[in-house]
Amino acid sequence: MVTDILFYVFAIATLVFGALVVANPFSRNPVTSAMFLVLTIISMAGLFVLLHAFFLAAVQVLVYAGAVMVLFLFVIMLLDLKEEEQRKIKKTGLVAGLVSVGAIVAIFIRSLLASEPSRGLGDPQLEGSTFALGKLLFTDYLLPFEIVSLLLLVAMVGVILLSKKDLK
Amino acid sequence: MNVGLEHYLVVSALLFALGLLGVITRRNLLVLYMSLELMLNSANLALVSFSRFNDNLNGQVMVFFIITVAAAEVAVGLALIVALYRKRQTAHVEDLTSMKL
Amino acid sequence: MKVEALTWLVLFLPLLAAGIITLFTLRNKAVSATLSIGAIVTGFVLTLAVIKFGGWDARELSVNWLSIGSLNVDFGLKLDALSLMMLLIVTGVGSAIHIYSYGYMRDDPGFSRFFACMSLFTFSMLGIVLANNFLQMFIFWELVGVSSYLLIGFWFEKPSAADAAKKAFITNRLGDLGFILGILIIFTALGSLNFTVLESGNSIAALGGMATLGGLLVFCGAIGKSAQFPLHVWLPDAMEGPTPVSALIHAATMVAAGVYMLCRVFFIFTPDALTVISWIGGITALLAALIAVQQNDIKRILAYSTLSQLGYMVMGVGLTAPEAGMFHLTTHAFFKALLFLGAGSVIIALHHEQDIWKMGGLRKKMPVTFWTFMVGTLALAGVWPLSGFFSKDAILAAAHENNLLLFILGVAVAALTTFYMFRLVFVAFLGDRRTGVAPVSDSKEAAQAGDESMRQARRLSYEPHESPGVVIWPLRILAVASVVGGVIGIEALFGGMFKPDAAHPHGLLAQLVYPFQHAPVAALSGLAAFAVGLFAAWKLYANAKTDPLPDKLGALSRAMANRFYFDEIYEATVIRIHDAIAAIADWIDRWIIEGFCIGLVRGGTDLTGRALRLVQTGNLQTYAFLFVLGVAVVLWFVLGK
Repeated sequence: MVTDILFYVFAIATLVFGALVVANPFSRNPVTSAMFLVLTIISMAGLFVLLHAFFLAAVQVLVYAGAVMVLFLFVIMLLDLKEEEQRKIKKTGLVAGLVSVGAIVAIFIRSLLASEPSRGLGDPQLEGSTFALGKLLFTDYLLPFEIVSLLLLVAMVGVILLSKKDLK
Repeated sequence: MNVGLEHYLVVSALLFALGLLGVITRRNLLVLYMSLELMLNSANLALVSFSRFNDNLNGQVMVFFIITVAAAEVAVGLALIVALYRKRQTAHVEDLTSMKL
Repeated sequence: MKVEALTWLVLFLPLLAAGIITLFTLRNKAVSATLSIGAIVTGFVLTLAVIKFGGWDARELSVNWLSIGSLNVDFGLKLDALSLMMLLIVTGVGSAIHIYSYGYMRDDPGFSRFFACMSLFTFSMLGIVLANNFLQMFIFWELVGVSSYLLIGFWFEKPSAADAAKKAFITNRLGDLGFILGILIIFTALGSLNFTVLESGNSIAALGGMATLGGLLVFCGAIGKSAQFPLHVWLPDAMEGPTPVSALIHAATMVAAGVYMLCRVFFIFTPDALTVISWIGGITALLAALIAVQQNDIKRILAYSTLSQLGYMVMGVGLTAPEAGMFHLTTHAFFKALLFLGAGSVIIALHHEQDIWKMGGLRKKMPVTFWTFMVGTLALAGVWPLSGFFSKDAILAAAHENNLLLFILGVAVAALTTFYMFRLVFVAFLGDRRTGVAPVSDSKEAAQAGDESMRQARRLSYEPHESPGVVIWPLRILAVASVVGGVIGIEALFGGMFKPDAAHPHGLLAQLVYPFQHAPVAALSGLAAFAVGLFAAWKLYANAKTDPLPDKLGALSRAMANRFYFDEIYEATVIRIHDAIAAIADWIDRWIIEGFCIGLVRGGTDLTGRALRLVQTGNLQTYAFLFVLGVAVVLWFVLGK
């Protein structure tokens, strides 16, 4: 019961904060959006905990709320974006966005309604513990794991290159 | 009513829709990027819930990879935005129409 | 392997020669000539071998070539007396002409090209002769048209030659249109194109009401190729080509193709069709003979003479005597090739002078040419016992049996033939050498007068002399053939094929006297016609300095000299109409096809392009929007269905 209530709390928090990231009626400042994104991600980490994915919840908070969002804020501060706040969202853009989102959501709902209800795994036993995940990562997924580490290295090199002033 | 897979999927879908809306409506490249992150996260949520309700850890491993790749992507993307801003003095998609012939 | 297989070699060797010359040896004159001459002489020898070891019996070789539904087309060789004899003529006379060309064309810059064209022509002609079905014959028929186009227009830098080539080609096309329509009618009605199959089936009965029409349409092809009235206009102009070409194409082989085809498919002609054919032939013979009387160009005289003789042959076929037509074709190939080559010899000796009134006294300067030319003339005039007499007599005899009117016409033409040929001989070879300029009879000659005057000075100071051996020897060989051609059993050979029941003379003596026994009236009339013609020519031209006829005949002579104004009439009618049609077609093409149809497509594409360009905004979010819509559509179908 408690978990159910917590689910609703976190779910609503996620969606509301998400909505505020995208369309904040009070402020169009990117900093506000970034802050609400942090909140969204933290709420989502709560959902992850409810799903017994403790390791991912931690990573989510550490990587997203910590590293990524700091990056975002740095960039926002770096670029002087005050002028950008003045621009309004265009009506045509809004209509287009609503139409496409409506279409996608309609399809999701349709397929959700069409699918049979879940097979009653009311009390799943799976524990997304660090131990289990780590074991999997270093056995079955060793190669992708290493490749991803390489990817991070490449990204780092690329970013350093991109941030050099005289880009040739 | 017990919270099941569907509940999580609905949340995921709505979050995805929100991200999509942001990508299409917002003009600021940074906000656009945040909306993209939202969409990625909604996918993460769906994967984790599938993993949970199917008793299979592979979904979570996938989420782990997604988070890693997303971090890399954000780093590169933001660097690009900065570079772009240096050149054009704008971070506004409407001003970036050089793809038009 | 049977000896008949050699015929494949006979057919394809010239093509091989043409291909090799065109691709590799255009620079090397000697090799080109050797290849070309070698191919045709080998063909001649092989043909002799086939006849020697295989006999004259009818037989067929074929490979399946096309098989589409019910249409089965073979690529085959039909060998019988008709085609084998024709093969001998084409390769034999062709060999003589090829060798002669080696001398005649020696200084021409297009020497190798000439031999390539000659070989191509030989190949096409052999294809017609050997074809065992209508389609194959038609294809080679067209190939002959193409190669004759190339040869007539050999000196294409000369506008008159280029025009003549086009004229020949287009006029032939008219006839060929009829030919292919006729072939289609026959195929529709009978379901086969093979000659043997058609002949064994009762094709006239099977064709029913279409029989006469079909036959006449097929005859159209012969009208074009054999230059019969009213499509005869191309042949005299075709004399613009080099003289060996005139000899090969327009005397011995190509024009004979029409007659040969008539004989090959003789079984499809109804009596009505045959009547039309005989009259067309008769009219052509008479008209051409009349025109020949007033021509001054030596090659044109021979050209009209050819027309006239072709008229004879066609008349013979029309009078249900194809064997006589083929007989005349054979002997005519000998003596007309001889006459053309003789004319060519004269022409090179005189540095391309063709006006007989500027010749004269050539007998002493060029004895061999004169005597061989004389043999040809006598044979053409039909003097006993030269070959022309027998073949002409065979046709006259057939006319005498079937149609008295045509018989009288034939005898008149025989008299005219003698007259114009001896006019040519008297003026060009006998008498004194003329230095005066004869009246310019031909507007085309007048047009050429520009560079003509340049040569004039050189010509007057030049003594004509006898031609070299490579030119003389073909003349001698052909002269012998012209003399004995009538009595070596050719008539019996064709007769045995077309009329196996009738009696045919065998043995030299029997053949010599056969005409007098068989049809004394015809034979004696022919000789009488010769006498009349010779007397008239001697009376008028023996010592003439200029042509006396224009004064005596007035308007008729002018009409003859101007070829009865056929070209002018065609100019005024056919070409006018043609121009009008062309103008209409041009208008349709320009406004309806180009403007409307193409314009619509072009405009539509243009508009669509412009509209689609608006989609390319360069705005990231528009792309994202469209992308999402696309994803939505795909998902809708993937998930929904």
